Amino acid sequence: MSGTRYNYGTAMLSAFEYLLDKYPEVFVIGQGLWSPWYVGNSMTDLDKKFGAHRVIDTPVSESACTGAAVGAALAGMKPIVVHPRMDFMLYAMDAVVNQAAKWSHMVGGQASPGLTIRTIINRGGEQGAQHSQALHAWFAHVPGLRVVMPATVADARDLLIASVLCPDPVIFIDDRWLYDLEDDLPPVIERSLASEQPQCLRSGTDLTIVASGYSTRLANQAAEQLQLQGVLAEVIDLRVLNPFSPDSIVASVSKTGRLLVVDGGWSPCGMAGEVIASVVERVTPSLMKKSPVRVTLPFSPAPTSRVLEKAYYPTEGMIVLQALKMMDKAC
Amino acid sequence: MNNWSFGSLAEPSQYQHPIDVSGLDTPTLLAQLQMMLRIRLAERCLADGRRDGLIGGPVHLGVGQEAVAVGIAAELRKTDRVFGAHRSHSHVLSMGSSLHRLFAEILGRDTGLSRGMGGSMHLWDQPNGFYGSVPIVSGTVPLAVGAALAAKLQGSGDVGVAYLGDGAVEEGVVHESLNLARMLKAPAIFVVENNFFASHMHISLRQPKESTARFAAANDIPYEVVDGNDVVKVRLAAARLISLAREGKGPGFLEAVTYRWYGHVDWREDIDVGVNRSSEDVNSWRKRDPIARLVAGLQAVGLIDADQLAAMEEEMAKEVADAWNMAQADAYPPLSALTSRVFADTGVTQ
Repeated sequence: MSGTRYNYGTAMLSAFEYLLDKYPEVFVIGQGLWSPWYVGNSMTDLDKKFGAHRVIDTPVSESACTGAAVGAALAGMKPIVVHPRMDFMLYAMDAVVNQAAKWSHMVGGQASPGLTIRTIINRGGEQGAQHSQALHAWFAHVPGLRVVMPATVADARDLLIASVLCPDPVIFIDDRWLYDLEDDLPPVIERSLASEQPQCLRSGTDLTIVASGYSTRLANQAAEQLQLQGVLAEVIDLRVLNPFSPDSIVASVSKTGRLLVVDGGWSPCGMAGEVIASVVERVTPSLMKKSPVRVTLPFSPAPTSRVLEKAYYPTEGMIVLQALKMMDKAC
Repeated sequence: MNNWSFGSLAEPSQYQHPIDVSGLDTPTLLAQLQMMLRIRLAERCLADGRRDGLIGGPVHLGVGQEAVAVGIAAELRKTDRVFGAHRSHSHVLSMGSSLHRLFAEILGRDTGLSRGMGGSMHLWDQPNGFYGSVPIVSGTVPLAVGAALAAKLQGSGDVGVAYLGDGAVEEGVVHESLNLARMLKAPAIFVVENNFFASHMHISLRQPKESTARFAAANDIPYEVVDGNDVVKVRLAAARLISLAREGKGPGFLEAVTYRWYGHVDWREDIDVGVNRSSEDVNSWRKRDPIARLVAGLQAVGLIDADQLAAMEEEMAKEVADAWNMAQADAYPPLSALTSRVFADTGVTQ
């Protein structure tokens, strides 16, 4: 692909610049926005370019800032809230779950808070249980929230723009472990978030691997390893977790007969379980060659000690191992 | 204020005098009286409707508190952004909302303010400046700050208004919101209707001081504490705070001391009324009736006579009865509304 070279972080930066430049009703509010190290290279100097009145660094008040963005959205603005770590966003759950998500339905579709909440999964580095969580499944459980997880450089830019232009509340979850991904991007095309679907990143005939966010990167890497061993994996990136559209995954599993889901969250009531259930409900049973498998976190909080931390997160190797088992290949 | 105590303002036997209406324009005063009567009779109608089983969901009635919303609304315009809470019938009606559509909403009808999707606790009338009410205590307080911030960014000169109760200041987000509004100089007006009770709990069992204005002082926000049963005093205080906010001087905080005559929810006056609530207090507060006091003030200077008052009461009673009857005949929402209004992209917006 020809175009301008970006990485995942600068792709988001370019989305912010595009939105702030083109839409006067866009503003950004959150903690760390005037700090060069809170949000990587994804928001560098936005306050200097567009003014501190539109790129607002705030008091330590996740709840009020998120609620304020809901109110500003109802008043015609397109706010972007930034939570540099998802864990701290839990203070804002009333504004997200009770207010933003329910508003359109509660008022009969006559108003909708079109705000985007950009929240970052920022784990590893011995940060432990309260600096590591990936709670996308919580948000995907709630009617009224659109939940977006970009796994590619293109989506980091284009899905952020689509989220902000969407009239619904959107939880946009990016991942610090993806910031070094690079790609060439064409000029921006504005997309309607409501039409965005899971995307097939790699075609294959032996099994279907479904993932989102950083897990998609792992799935891609695992698929390359599997190919070396003669296993052709199809990789589907979820992109939009809510509302979740399983059609392309159902079609893929109907072809491969095997479903492996990788998720950076916990298993119980999680996204991997939702994908498997949605597929199993729809695929003709005789087409399934194996029971579906999920690769997720152990059901425990994130540890700090490096030995435990290394064992905690899913790896490319774990995915390869599970895939080979599903193919009845010795390993 | 002495050590954040209301002093005589908290004494039910005080402040029963006629309201001083001198120097104020007569049409506005009469319109305020009419609005308070409309709200009072509407809530009496709702109390009966709930008692008789015609209303399926809870109604939080604010009979006795009508002067607060009516005084504030006199200083607002349709482009302002007002947010309410669980006890918000007076807030929405004071902005000029249709009585019929309020009743239809509470009866769950498609013609309701929220298209029958909200009931008494989720009211919406944005075209009249009422952005919404919710029952999560303090839930809309940061929303009002954000709508005020939007007004500042839009350069519209409008204000955001958050109605909250004395119980809401026990929620952490209120303190975040006060600080945030002050730091962003958002034109947000916090209106605390301090009726001494959060559900059943008297304020003395919940907070060390009576006046919630201490939190405005702590956040460097201008504040006023007024007799909330005096529509003139409420209006004058609101005018001062709102004009400061419109001029770009930041938020204001108005604490209106008042009292609700019913229990926390629904029509009963004898249960769920509150710990530390005596019948003597209730009866004294009834004599502090914001409507009777305004009538007395108007009569004292010859602005209304008994016949005019009777005619106004009759007109309001008829308006309420007509609206109630009309709403009861309205259709319920279509079953498709169950899922079609979750997202705006699929929402019914006409």
